[in-house]
Amino acid sequence: MHRFANPARFLRLSALLLPWCAGATVILTILGLWFSLFGSPPDYQQGETVRIMYIHVPAAWMSLFVYTNMAIAAACGLVWKHPLADLFAKAAAPIGAGFTFVCLVTGSLWGAPMWGTWWVWDARLTSVLILFFLYLGYMALVNAFDDPQRGMKAGNVLLLVGIVNVPIIKFSVDWWNTLHQPASVVRMGGPSIDPSMLTPLLVMAGAFTAYFLAVVLLRVRTEIAQRKIQTLRLAVAGGPADGVAGEGGVTDGMRG
Amino acid sequence: MTRKKRRLYMLGLALLGLGSATALALTAFQDNIVFFYSPSQLQTQQVGDRNFRLGGLVEEGSVQKQPDGVTTAFRVTDTAHTVDVRYRGQLPDLFREGQGVVAEGRMTGGVFVAREVLAKHDENYMPPEVSEALKQAGVYKNPAESATKTAKKE
Repeated sequence: MHRFANPARFLRLSALLLPWCAGATVILTILGLWFSLFGSPPDYQQGETVRIMYIHVPAAWMSLFVYTNMAIAAACGLVWKHPLADLFAKAAAPIGAGFTFVCLVTGSLWGAPMWGTWWVWDARLTSVLILFFLYLGYMALVNAFDDPQRGMKAGNVLLLVGIVNVPIIKFSVDWWNTLHQPASVVRMGGPSIDPSMLTPLLVMAGAFTAYFLAVVLLRVRTEIAQRKIQTLRLAVAGGPADGVAGEGGVTDGMRG
Repeated sequence: MTRKKRRLYMLGLALLGLGSATALALTAFQDNIVFFYSPSQLQTQQVGDRNFRLGGLVEEGSVQKQPDGVTTAFRVTDTAHTVDVRYRGQLPDLFREGQGVVAEGRMTGGVFVAREVLAKHDENYMPPEVSEALKQAGVYKNPAESATKTAKKE
């Protein structure tokens, strides 16, 4: 794992992976949307409204997946001081927040016709709203410091504290009575979704994952390029001595 | 012990502490996080004269439209106990006999007078043909089963 923490190697590897991820996103999204809208049957209870699931559920999965990855990166950043781990968490945050927002909005649009309400304060909905605020709080915190290194450190601590929310979201529907129904796919005894409806769901989940990979690789590359430009500017202006304190660690890693 | 190792152990300890604290807090708040009470819970729990939510299944054959046209009377069951419910207003799409429902209101003279009725659906998704086939084969899983499980768990 430490081998991939080298930014130069990351730049080479990500340049190779990026076109494949972008291509997979386009193909899987087209395929997934076709399956969701035309290639799957209506539900026996909910009718056509069930198609909201093919956006809502992958977005919910991704919101948890992205957050968990960010927390793992935060732990690596705090313990091993890998410059790439910090950059990954920072680059992934807006994407994760976007997925969580989509999950909340589609859930609301689905709840209105099916449950008869846009929003209730049950354990599942509330814990996902907290996840959304954790994403926003992390982004605000990282940018609130003049010294980017200190901002990253504070953000990493917040990410690790917030990780307790992830199992709460997953198991909230089992631990407490909620209006939200229990899990249908990842559960004991196998999925309780008909295969004809599971297919579009999984294809869309693949499309969302490929999208996340493509955008996060692109964003990390951009962050590295920005750091490089900053270092060059400082060098032109007469060495990093008068510049931002703490930048040294990141730029040393860049050259390595 | 290197500094990296020490940081790793400290992080592990901090997460362990945080995890146990959260678990303890959630256990302590167990009763307050409950979104609704089941009819069986109402037998043992004193809710008194306040607003609360009642959850369960709409009993088969219990739904009656009142002559005034806007009031509906039905019974909510978890197969062990039932509660009479009266509701004045519009019902959600998914409201039907045998389906899950969560109603908010209060007990008035042995009848639960609901202010709001929400439909709760279960975790099963299938095309209409499949549910028909399952019913004909006699292996159709009634939503009531999962409700009994919930009631027993409490």
